[in-house]
Amino acid sequence: MELERGTFLYEAWTARWSLLEGLMVTISSSVMTIIIGTILGFALGLVLTYGMLPFRILARLYVDIMRGIPVLVLILFTYYGLAILKVGVKPFWAGVIALSLFCISHVAENVRGAVQSIPQGQHEAGMAIGMRFFQRLRYIILPQAVRRALPPWVNTALEIVKGTTLLSVIGVVELLLANQQAIARNYMILQFYMAATIIYIIINFSIAQAAAALERRYAYLRY
Amino acid sequence: MALLSTRDIHKKYDETEVLKGIDLDIEQSEVVALIGASGSGKTTFLRCINLLEEYHQGRIELEGESIGYTSNGRRRKLGERQISAQRAKIGMVFQSFNLFPHMTAEANVMLGLTKVRGMSNAEAADRARHWLDRVGLADRRRHYPYQLSGGQQQRVAIARAVAMEPRLMLFDEVTSALDPELVAEVLAVMQDLARSGMTMVVVSHEMLFVRDVATRVVFMDGGLVAQSGTPDEVLHNPQTERLRSFLGRFHGIFGPV
Repeated sequence: MELERGTFLYEAWTARWSLLEGLMVTISSSVMTIIIGTILGFALGLVLTYGMLPFRILARLYVDIMRGIPVLVLILFTYYGLAILKVGVKPFWAGVIALSLFCISHVAENVRGAVQSIPQGQHEAGMAIGMRFFQRLRYIILPQAVRRALPPWVNTALEIVKGTTLLSVIGVVELLLANQQAIARNYMILQFYMAATIIYIIINFSIAQAAAALERRYAYLRY
Repeated sequence: MALLSTRDIHKKYDETEVLKGIDLDIEQSEVVALIGASGSGKTTFLRCINLLEEYHQGRIELEGESIGYTSNGRRRKLGERQISAQRAKIGMVFQSFNLFPHMTAEANVMLGLTKVRGMSNAEAADRARHWLDRVGLADRRRHYPYQLSGGQQQRVAIARAVAMEPRLMLFDEVTSALDPELVAEVLAVMQDLARSGMTMVVVSHEMLFVRDVATRVVFMDGGLVAQSGTPDEVLHNPQTERLRSFLGRFHGIFGPV
């Protein structure tokens, strides 16, 4: 089939490699941010719940500050801030760092909420059979808390995928900027933004579906 | 020497003193029932015995070993490792069961055996099977707590505690959260345990159970032991007005004969 010059499909085909590359940047920055944010956020959430007072105050301070800053400001601050400090970081990595800082604070708060929602009686039952704190955490509290933290964690993950669009302001050619560059060549504003929108929805819908499947798998934990 | 001895136990919540000096000696194989109005301190006292509550004065000894605090010199709380080891010798069953909802009945019983007692999985599974059998739940091993009735859950909780082979079992109003028709099955398990020689401290409002199973009844009032003796002495010869009025609530089953 011959594509006619000037149609959307023709223009999209012409720009396919840069669009695909943009998509890969969106996915890789999202995945990296979510992995870093989840691991460190999980640890910070435990500090927030069980840490010794000075550590808990520091963690609380961090979470409140990071949640209070607009993500866009965080990204600009990280990119230019690191440059001023003479730390040479590529825009992509500055973006991942900024989004991770944001992601950590949200995951930490999710984990804290989930852990604290487990009834005190679960701790006491563990104590009564002689389990030590970390044993209770590992075998009793966390297996239940992780399941409760899953729904808010999905929210955070979706926020991060959407947040990667902001990386375009520091010159990271992710999916949105790749589309904008295509638009700059062919002025098909509506079509390309629509295409980008649909791809974002597909990504986020997939994440939500995967999480829902996971939730169904652990539905027996409901009580 | 008594299996468990408590001396002058005091406990405060802020300014309110809920335990005002409890002295109690419990011998091997005794079944001691703690009775009293709510707020009399019986549950708090029970929870002090395995240190779910801290107490501020006095001492508790299990087989001569000081529980929770150093026994000589300055009063200092023991480390987590020691306290956990001591708790493992004292079984406890709660009013609200507190089974682990993400584990099967069998896994609930096995957890302490493998992680605290250090048994192999096979060994722990054997013992879990034995105890679930003993409480009449052989066919419910693979069920999760939410698939069990309240009475069944409480029996799993009892199996979980006894499987650790504690020196002493504490029961904290274990039938209070149950529908009336489920109470009997739990009490039957407790009676079976008592007959097998298990030393038990039972907080309960099941007066018929107390009368039939307890070897000693302790009436607590205002954070103190007000009267203590055999079920006959305490339930039928109340020495104080408070105990008389407390027993009066049980529809004239008890009180002076």
